[in-house]
Parts: sequence; C-alpha cells; structure tokens
Amino acid sequence: MNALSQPAKWERFFWPVVATGLLLALWYYSVRWTGTKVFPSPREVEKGLAELLRHHVLWNDIIDSLRRVAVGFGLAVLVGIPLGLTLGWYPAANQVVNPTMQILRPISPIAWIPVAIIFFGVGDNAAIFLIFLGAFFPIVVACINGVANVPSVYRRAGRNFGLTPPQLLGRVLFPAALPQILVGLRIALGIAWLVVVAAEMIAVDSGLGFLIIDSRNSGKRYDLVVAAILLIGAIGLILDVAFRRLETLRSVRWGFRHES
Amino acid sequence: MSSMQPIAAPLPFTLKTKLSVDRVSMVFERDGNRTEVLNNINLEVGDGEFVCLLGPSGCGKTTLLNAMAGFLSPTSGEIKVDGEAVRRPNPRRIFVFQERGVFPWLTVEGNIGFGLSKVTKAEREQRIAYYVKMVGLQGFEKTYPQELSGGMKQRLEVARALAVNPDMLLLDEPFGALDSITRLVMRGELLRIWEAERKTVIFVTHDIDEAVQLADRVVVMSARPASIRQIVNIDIAHPRDISAPRYLELRDGIFQQIGLAHKV
Ligand SMILES: Nc1ncnc2c1ncn2[C@@H]1O[C@H](COP(=O)(O)OP(=O)(O)OP(=O)(O)O)[C@@H](O)[C@H]1O
Ligand SMILES: [Mg+2]
Repeated sequence: MNALSQPAKWERFFWPVVATGLLLALWYYSVRWTGTKVFPSPREVEKGLAELLRHHVLWNDIIDSLRRVAVGFGLAVLVGIPLGLTLGWYPAANQVVNPTMQILRPISPIAWIPVAIIFFGVGDNAAIFLIFLGAFFPIVVACINGVANVPSVYRRAGRNFGLTPPQLLGRVLFPAALPQILVGLRIALGIAWLVVVAAEMIAVDSGLGFLIIDSRNSGKRYDLVVAAILLIGAIGLILDVAFRRLETLRSVRWGFRHES
Repeated sequence: MSSMQPIAAPLPFTLKTKLSVDRVSMVFERDGNRTEVLNNINLEVGDGEFVCLLGPSGCGKTTLLNAMAGFLSPTSGEIKVDGEAVRRPNPRRIFVFQERGVFPWLTVEGNIGFGLSKVTKAEREQRIAYYVKMVGLQGFEKTYPQELSGGMKQRLEVARALAVNPDMLLLDEPFGALDSITRLVMRGELLRIWEAERKTVIFVTHDIDEAVQLADRVVVMSARPASIRQIVNIDIAHPRDISAPRYLELRDGIFQQIGLAHKV
C-alpha cells in the first residue's frame, strides 16, 4: 500500500461524513427557505422513522420485501445458472435462443406488471415473478459469457486429464467462469431490489414499496414516504456490500482486482 | 524409418518405440485460405527418451505437439502411441502448457490432485505430498497460484502432470516465459525429474542451447510448412558441461543447419 493511491484511514471516513452532512444541510435549508408544507425536513423524517419502528409494521414490511427478493432471486439463480452454463457450453443452442433473449432482456420488468397480475393475480407470486424476470437475464448472460471466455488452455487441460463433458463443466468451466458469474449475480441482486419496490406498489399490500404508496394515500404522510425511501437505499447498500464479500473467497479471488 | 528419412539419426535400438509419427501433414483452412503447416513429418521416439523439437517461430511445433496429444487430428498421416492411433487426448500423455495452464481456482494441492479423482483418498494425499516435494513446493500446499512466481507455477504444472503417472509428457516451450536464471534452474529440475521417472518427454523449444542441454535427440524443423531437416543425436552424458568442445560442436552444427551465424 502506498500513500499516493490509498488515502489515510481517517480520511476514508471523514470526507464521506462531511459530504453526507452537507447534503443533509442542503435538504434542511431547502425545506425551510421554500417554506414547503408537503416535503418533510430531515427532522420530520427521523420522527417518521421512529414512529414506523414503534408500530412494528416496518419490520414486517422489511421482512416481506426481503422474502420476495430472496425467493425471486433464488429462483432466477436456480434456473439461470444451469441454463446459462448450458448455453455457454453449446454455442449452437445459444444461437437458437439468443435473438429471443436479446428482445426480452431490455424490457423493464415493470412493463410486465399487468401480465404478472393476469397470471398470478394480486399477491406475492406476481411480485416474485417480476423479480425473477429482472434477475434472470443478467444471470443467464453472465453465465454464457463466463463460459465462453474460459481460456482454451483450461478446457484442454481438463480434457487431457480425462474429464467427461459434465465433469468438464463442473470442475473446469464453472469454477473458471465463477468470478464473472458472481458479477452477474451481484447486478441481478441489485435489479431484484429495484423491482421489488415497484412491484409492491402495485401488486401487493405489504413491503417497503407498499409502505411508500400507503403512506401517501392515507393522509399524505410524506415524512413516512421519505423515511421508507432512505431505508430502501440503506438496505440495498447492505445487500450489495454483503454480496461483495463473496468476491474475497479464496477460490474466486483470482478473478477480481483487490488491494492485497 | 531410416529408409524414408536418411538424414535422421536412427533410434537407439535398445529402446522400444513409444511414439511414431508417420507421414503426418497438416493443412489449416480458414476463410478460404489454406495454410500448410506440417509437411510429411516422420519421427520415432523411444520409450523414456527425451526429444526436443526445435524450429523457427510459427513453423508448426505447437501444431505437431497438439496432434501428438490428440487435440488435433492430422490432415493426413498417422500418429501412434504404443502402436495405437491417437484419436483424442488421454491422461497417459499430458500436455504441459506454459505456466498459464494451472487452475487459478485451486490451491497447489488441488491442482496436483486434479487428475486423481479415481484413486483412493489416501493414495491421492500420498501422491500429492510426493509431487509437492519433488517440485520443491513444500509449505505452499494451501497457496493459490496467484501468489506463486512464474517458475513455481511452471513446476506446479509439471507436478500436476506427473501426478497422474503418464507415460509421456508433451511440453510446449514450458520455460519460455521465465527469466534466464529461472530457466536454467528449471532445466536442471526437469532433467532431475526425468532421470527419476523416465517418462518419454517431447519438449518444444526455439532455443538451440536449451535443446542441446536437455535432449537425447534434437529434431530440427524447417520454416513453415515444417518438415524435419535433421535429427541430431546429443551423445553427451548428463550433467552436461556447456563449455565442453563436443557440446559446442553439436550446438554450432545446429546453428549452421538453421542458417544462423551465432554472432550478434
Ligand atoms: N487453428 C488454426 N487455424 C489456422 N491456422 C493455424 C491454426 N493453428 C495454427 N495455425 C498456423 O499454423 C502455423 C504454425 O503454428 P504453431 O503454433 O504450430 O507454430 P509454432 O512453431 O508453435 O510457433 P511458436 O514458436 O511461435 O510457438 C502458424 O502460421 C499459425 O498461424
Ligand atoms: Mg508454439
């Protein structure tokens, strides 16, 4: 580590704290100077958050959101990884499904909300379906590219040691592609967290997304709306940081750049 | 064989033939372009022999080695190992890439044990320990390749190959990416291992000194399309004195054969 590339430890905390403080100040004074009655000040949001915590609904909403993400993302992993590995393994199969995938991939999962409701009705399954859709494509694409990018020396070494095709997939291609797959999973998890909020605003009556809509509809409680927004950001950050810890696992660390 | 290849030094008759390359030619076709790479290669390698393939860059050495390993099939001609035609890769003959071939997701132990899934756990552990020691990687058993030097990775790849107890090692410029001191050390190590295990070794290089230091016979190849120009018997016992007159004579003979004056 050298002093030029690495800021001192205190600086790494100090400047972000200063930046956050400035933003809060800007928010506070904007609310005061404009004299808005609708948008809450930081203080009101803090009170709103405390109120949510006191009434315990908040925990249920958080758990509901996390549960939907876990199920939708989990299903996308279970279906997406084997499918992506197979498509990466058989370029011919990939050529067959690739055009369809390329058309479906850029569609926002939000666009599927009406379809999801026709299929699953209003409820958990509709939300889970939307999360699944959002997470599925990045996972499949990461697996296809991951396998396609495995250097041919690894494949040939595997074949040389007498591996059968399934063994080659499991013992060479998958571990060789794993760093790239993890990047795809992380992107997918981020999307899942984006989608769950949108889905909960329309398709269900619990969760953080529902909390936002409900707070507005039942009495224009914008302090609660903003509190929920901040909470969504914080939980999303925690999920991402937790997921990034996987990148430091020893069997994948070679695929990531880390300061030693 | 000698009737088709009058310039070739005959195979020492005490050795049984391990590998035979019979009138092998290779033509690549890509985008309608034909590239003739190997042109009528004939070669016999004895069991336990150390043979260097020497030739200019791009002449087709790697291609020939790939064909011997079974990764490529020749356009015409046939390659046989123990009298059987080579059709696909086989753990009896392991191809050693430059150090790039070690698996970065496995530890030193995991790499060496990679080809040992069919043996019992106890034997696997014993073989891993044995080859860790043979290539001098003790203390690095749990280390990942990322944290090893180039020379250590190269030794690891050789150990991984030896652990499955192949009859033959096919090495493609294995020391090409190493610095000159490490290369010298690694040559000594490889000879020590070869003398202990007596595998048949086919070693590709474009370094004339390396070839004359290591090989029983040096196969000198022409520029593309490669044919065999000459097979030189290196009749010097190991360890070789690289300033001895006979060494210099053989080396200079090859220099001349390749058409290089060794003055810079
Ligand atoms: N799959 C392929 N398709 C078309 N041409 C190929 C293919 N593989 C190799 N070649 C060509 O064959 C020739 C010989 O390649 P090869 O890698 O065998 O040479 P080499 O003697 O190993 O060279 P070097 O010493 O640089 O490693 C080159 O001109 C190369 O472009
Ligand atoms: Mg080569």
